Amino acid sequence: MNFFQYASPSTFYHLAGKCIPWTGWTAGILAVVGLYVGFFVAPTDFQQGEAYRIIFIHVPAAWMGMLIYLAMAFWAAVGLALNARLPFMMMRALAPTGAMLTFVSLWTGAVWGKPMWGTWWVWDARLTSTLILLFLYIGTMALWSAIEDVRRSDRAGALLTLIGVVNVPIILFSVVWWNTLHQGSTVGVTHAPKMEATMLQGLLIMTAAAWLYAITATLVRVRRIILERERKTQWVNHLLSQES
Amino acid sequence: MTYSAWWWAQRQSAPQKATDMVHFFSGVVLRDLTLAARRRGDWLTALFFFVMVTSLFPLSVGPEPELLQRIGPGVLWVAATLASLLSLSRLFEDDHRDGSLEQMVLSPLSTVVLVLGKATAHWLVYGIPLLLVAPLLGIQFNLPWEAIAVLVLSLLLGTPILSLLGAVGAALTLGLRGGGVLLTLLILPLYTPALIFGTGAVDGVMAGTGAEAHLSLLGAFLLVTSLVAPWVAAASLRVALE
Repeated sequence: MNFFQYASPSTFYHLAGKCIPWTGWTAGILAVVGLYVGFFVAPTDFQQGEAYRIIFIHVPAAWMGMLIYLAMAFWAAVGLALNARLPFMMMRALAPTGAMLTFVSLWTGAVWGKPMWGTWWVWDARLTSTLILLFLYIGTMALWSAIEDVRRSDRAGALLTLIGVVNVPIILFSVVWWNTLHQGSTVGVTHAPKMEATMLQGLLIMTAAAWLYAITATLVRVRRIILERERKTQWVNHLLSQES
Repeated sequence: MTYSAWWWAQRQSAPQKATDMVHFFSGVVLRDLTLAARRRGDWLTALFFFVMVTSLFPLSVGPEPELLQRIGPGVLWVAATLASLLSLSRLFEDDHRDGSLEQMVLSPLSTVVLVLGKATAHWLVYGIPLLLVAPLLGIQFNLPWEAIAVLVLSLLLGTPILSLLGAVGAALTLGLRGGGVLLTLLILPLYTPALIFGTGAVDGVMAGTGAEAHLSLLGAFLLVTSLVAPWVAAASLRVALE
């Protein structure tokens, strides 16, 4: 099997179309199962009561927010190295999902923080670095929307993502360092060291659901980007005339 | 030429003579310094922006000496960041408009050296005046002498980072509508380590824990940035001028 066959947007368009129902439905079923386990099966936490249950949304979203930025950087590097079109489309399709999940993790974190710490927001190292990650997503998307020429916009965004990903560990380190010096241990984000087995199961199921959701959303978006960019080609015209 | 083709051409072409590169570098720096000397308004504006922004803080938060001492390092560092961003949006813009930038990029001489020269000139014109005026503002904020010395040292290490990373942003946003604001959006998150280490050094000396750790980290960040940023900025210039 030639793997590069799928580097062509037209082949990938159909491949993605075949994948979307599978990943989408699996994501939906896993989310239902995960939320059921999280909200009904998992026991009440003895310290945090019922409020801890937001972890089943918060933690998967936070993990995916970070992972998607790495995935963007991966596609950026592939696109620049191989000078292909599809990797850049993947990179662009990933960004809105990543930004959304990062925002969800901040939002649910605030909602969780209010009953636990008594405040919506603390300048904790994790919160701060997640906020900066959101800023990085926003900056990249702003750059894309400011450049009209597709070729330049793709490559500029890719370079920005690459320099961002080099910077992310430094930012993370500096924020942790800053936090330990400034804040002391007024608020610890330490979880209970031993997690109940059902809690962990729910968390893992929700993570898988978030993962598949991100893949589905990206594939749907990349199909639209492919159609938009290839609108002048014969295969798209053929496809559209079939559908109408 | 595609980006990857350019990359391979760069790697495989005969190595340029070191003297040529030094010549090119000093030529770029001298040219930009001459231009800055003839348009004094540009860098004086950035300098007065720095002074005015810092002077606004006592007016808004109140004149208590302890409070000012507490926020002083942070205010000076944030104002320095903003002042450098203000001037960075024009780093390549004028040369782009009159076409000389394209000629320099098309020349067989290395674009990386061009970017390094431009960033160095930017630092000399915009960074050094900030260093010189920072002690005065430190006195306004009631900082002790040791803290002022460390502040200047941290700005000495930190402002080149601002110029180098800003060069990437300036190259990425070259010729775009609203490029200045966009540049701020792209580059400010990348500045956070410099801001944290720079402010932390001054805070450290005032808290009695010493400034070496922060200054060393700031120096390390400067080294990493000077290794990465010129190449990315050069590639961005190629992309922008394609």
